[in-house]
Amino acid sequence: MAEMIPKPERMKRSPRQMPEQDPKKRIRNFDEVPLGYTAEDAIYEAQRCLQCDPPPCVSGCPAEVHVPQFIQKIVEEDFAGACIEILKTNSLPAMCGRVCPQEEQCQRVCVYNKKDKPIAIGRLERFAADWAREHRVKEKLLEIRKKDKRVAVVGSGPAGLTCAADLAKMGYDVTIFEALHKPGGVLIYGIPEFRLPKKIVGHEIDKVKELGVKVTTDLVVGITKSVDELVEEFDAIFLANGAGAPQFMHIPGENLNDVYSANEFLTRSNLMKAYKFPEFDTPIKVGKKVAVIGAGNVAMDAARTALRLGAKEVYVVYRRTRKEAPARVEEIAHAEEEGIRLDFLTLPVRIIGDDKGNVTGMECIKMQLGEPDESGRRKPLPVKGSNFVMQVDMVINAIGTMANPIVARSATGVQTNRWGYFTVDEETRATSREGVFAGGDITRGSATVISAIGDGKKAARAIDCYLSSGSSLRKR
Amino acid sequence: MGRIITKRKIAPEIISLEIEAPAVAEKAKPGQFVILMTDERGERIPLTIADYDRQRGSVRVVSQVVGKTTAKLSRLNEGDELFSFVGPLGKPSDINRYGTIVVVGGGTGIACIYPIARELKEAGNRVITIIGARTKELVIMEEELRKVSTELLISTDDGSYGKKGFVTDVLEEVLRKEKDVKKVWAIGPAPMMRAVCKATKPYNVETIVSLNAIMVDGTGMCGTCRVTVDGETKFTCVDGPEFNGHLVDWAEFMNRLARYGQLEKSSFETYKRERGKDNG
Ligand SMILES: Cc1cc2nc3c(=O)[nH]c(=O)nc-3n(C[C@H](O)[C@H](O)[C@H](O)COP(=O)(O)OP(=O)(O)OC[C@H]3O[C@@H](n4cnc5c(N)ncnc54)[C@H](O)[C@@H]3O)c2cc1C
Ligand code: FES
Repeated sequence: MAEMIPKPERMKRSPRQMPEQDPKKRIRNFDEVPLGYTAEDAIYEAQRCLQCDPPPCVSGCPAEVHVPQFIQKIVEEDFAGACIEILKTNSLPAMCGRVCPQEEQCQRVCVYNKKDKPIAIGRLERFAADWAREHRVKEKLLEIRKKDKRVAVVGSGPAGLTCAADLAKMGYDVTIFEALHKPGGVLIYGIPEFRLPKKIVGHEIDKVKELGVKVTTDLVVGITKSVDELVEEFDAIFLANGAGAPQFMHIPGENLNDVYSANEFLTRSNLMKAYKFPEFDTPIKVGKKVAVIGAGNVAMDAARTALRLGAKEVYVVYRRTRKEAPARVEEIAHAEEEGIRLDFLTLPVRIIGDDKGNVTGMECIKMQLGEPDESGRRKPLPVKGSNFVMQVDMVINAIGTMANPIVARSATGVQTNRWGYFTVDEETRATSREGVFAGGDITRGSATVISAIGDGKKAARAIDCYLSSGSSLRKR
Repeated sequence: MGRIITKRKIAPEIISLEIEAPAVAEKAKPGQFVILMTDERGERIPLTIADYDRQRGSVRVVSQVVGKTTAKLSRLNEGDELFSFVGPLGKPSDINRYGTIVVVGGGTGIACIYPIARELKEAGNRVITIIGARTKELVIMEEELRKVSTELLISTDDGSYGKKGFVTDVLEEVLRKEKDVKKVWAIGPAPMMRAVCKATKPYNVETIVSLNAIMVDGTGMCGTCRVTVDGETKFTCVDGPEFNGHLVDWAEFMNRLARYGQLEKSSFETYKRERGKDNG
């Protein structure tokens, strides 16, 4: 066991950095960029924790991870115990440790954050989960009496997986229905290998299956089977089909050959493994000079993927400024280190092509910030006469996604709002139809893995309550 | 789901597969398609449903070897399991009692028009079917189609069977003769569908085409299948695959179809070379 160091000593330490692949090297491979803590790094960082009581960090975590307890286990060098502690509430720790915006969640409320050096909770979580996976740690599951109630979960992203895992742990018979041929949602088709290795996603999904959760892939709910049919066959339903439909800008030239939606580009590369073409059969194209529109995590992922696929120059084009960019600070930093250029206050107005449909340029206009709009962000306004043409031969559109109506159309009596998202009770995730619950991006628009996990947990609790008491806990 | 129940070679390089997929068969309607993968490393490719049998719980697809994926598919045997099989995707054909209808099929498109012709006939329409291929041995499903058509007309490019020429030549004759054609369905290679639209335009006959766009998910998630119809962007997989052919932006559609041409060709060549080595 590592030594417990006195508090003043702990407070003097600076956070332990995590080593990363050198930017020059990593732009030529799809290997993970951050390399993870060593045991020594993890212990050093864990020793900084003040073990606050009550712990503010836990309140910042929708997955309700027992943060101080797992960190203490790391100090005690009981790494398996640390992971088991996390698994008590969060079935997807290796993923959360990698892609959660901890700076907005647990680490934001860490007492150390006052001095701008919060405990690196995410890195510790990642360390514990990776250690347990590499050492094949098996958590002992409590013997649970099987319940004779069946729950259907639509979609196998973080919301669906979490809800399914929690319900299985309570003894329910759970089946996940997934439209694609592989489960995982955005974790599998969207987020690239260099940020979230698919082997790790696969491992965490396997653990969920080991709990007894059945996964039926290749089944499009709303097409192969309607929600109404599921209601007939199952005692409760959790809708977690994500917000997967790509948005376009509706500017001229958007259907030219090498204009991709980020969804297409990333799905080809991640889900279909086109970055290994021709070893894998799905092709992907990449231009010499690529423009990516948007400045969220998706845009950074697309830009960095384009670079790794061989683009010489990649520009991220965003109509507001760095301050408003929705991507995590870390993702923007990674992109810039890799040589991706960010063009702020720039709005594409037209994509230019030749008669074969090839992209030859993108016309943009410069913007300036005006008064704040309804989202509180200052509204970008075009600067008259500032049009210019960017010399690019490929454009990736990463301006966001929206609800795909397929599931909702087949769900009689389940209300949606004007954007097509299911309207739910915040706490119970209950929809307007008895026994039907919903969570994740399909209830809020594109958000985060951790909010989806939080929804999955809430829904599992409410479904348990509903199935044991017969009330769906809906606010009336 | 996805087991090959029967496999028949119906022409050189063209196979007909009956695939076990009760959930798909139960919902399938004419005009819809499936997406399949042969193996884990494979591509997701759309194939139009050529027939379905709810009793047997099976779906039939017809595929011609045109690239690596279809070549891999043609090598699978009865009893083999596809890695992935999902459907029925897309909107079904709008089957109604219209009156006189002409359905036109070219190449493997002939297989796709079969369930449409059958349902149209059952709905009480007078169905004139025109099928065409390069040469006699590529004319498929003649007998099946004859059963579900009021009249069946055939053309081959080289004149080895039926009328010499293109399906459009036969269609022009029919349009000249028949004064009251209510609608035309045309399924086949893009240039053929475009030519049919050109032929029907002067007669002002609504012409439905089924676009064989490049797809990935087939559920509206990626947008690779987008096409401009009447000035608006549509997703072929969820808004189609059938559209009013007179409103389709054909030049754009054909450019987009050719997007991966080079890459696909080289991957197919490599595959054939490697197979050649295996066999030799
Ligand atoms: C490229 C990218 C990068 C991101 N990066 C981050 C990040 O770094 N950190 C972060 O916190 N968040 C990130 N996000 C957002 C995050 O991934 C999502 O908020 C989260 O995955 C939502 O989870 P979900 O379970 O609601 O839905 P999803 O993950 O979208 O999963 C929904 C699942 O439902 C399936 N489905 C859809 N329709 C049907 C149907 N009709 N029938 C059956 N199944 C269906 C889908 O195929 C999918 O598998 C990113 C998103 C993208 C696209
Ligand atoms: S195939 Fe992906 S949206 Fe149509």
